[in-house]
Amino acid sequence: MLDNMGHPNRLGVWGWLGGGKWGLERYLYTLHRLTGLGLLLYFLLHIFVTSARAFGSEAWAASMGRVSGGVFVLGEFMVFAAFAFHAANGVRLVLVELGWAIGRPIEPVYPYRTSVHEQRPLALGIMVVAGLLVLAGGLDFFILH
Amino acid sequence: MRDQRLWTWHVMAGLVILVFLGLHMTIMHLDAIVGIFNPADPHPIAWANVVARARMGFFTVSYIVLLGAALFHGLYGLRNILFELGPGRGVKSVLNVALTVGGVGLFVFGAWAAWAAGVLARTL
Repeated sequence: MLDNMGHPNRLGVWGWLGGGKWGLERYLYTLHRLTGLGLLLYFLLHIFVTSARAFGSEAWAASMGRVSGGVFVLGEFMVFAAFAFHAANGVRLVLVELGWAIGRPIEPVYPYRTSVHEQRPLALGIMVVAGLLVLAGGLDFFILH
Repeated sequence: MRDQRLWTWHVMAGLVILVFLGLHMTIMHLDAIVGIFNPADPHPIAWANVVARARMGFFTVSYIVLLGAALFHGLYGLRNILFELGPGRGVKSVLNVALTVGGVGLFVFGAWAAWAAGVLARTL
């Protein structure tokens, strides 16, 4: 067992919820998990709600009627925004996991540079893409309808 | 090794979701801007549009693929989050069984609904 120097390596929920001083990417990680959990909860309910289409038009109308109204429109927009963020950030995570967009390994020579210097433009670019998608969604949800 | 394989599947499922859920979101929530696959009515959830899409085999297949990929991606992600909280071996076993049985059950139910909706739509 690794010597933990008296500090247990179990921070619980704070271990992944708190970004601490680790910068933008660490908070994107937290938000990725929160949006993932929200999308999962919505998706599990969505399976049951949309299964009504297998029972005909009346069942479909009744099912859609139960989830209509202002609160549900706002909720659906939040789901859309969560999807936009989770998808865009997921693409970033795949690129980073495959070793793309993090730069080549370099000698640790002062002034030191870390892979964060290489990743940051990708993170910012991805957030711009997610933001544009959320804006398009907001336009569709609240202005064009 | 097993977790590496499951993680690879998790990433692959994410890419499948990106394509099919991206299409689904575009059809359902960017309809006023893009306006695709809603031939019968301006509103995506109008029954006539639901029937029109259900008649297309592509949508039946894509819904089932998306269902399986999203269930695996979501439930495996949930499993990872729960496991990071450090549960005991017994709790991990219970979680593995519960998430697997729940995921398979939801997949069977959702796949049946997609298939049955397609059959119903072709009779109308």
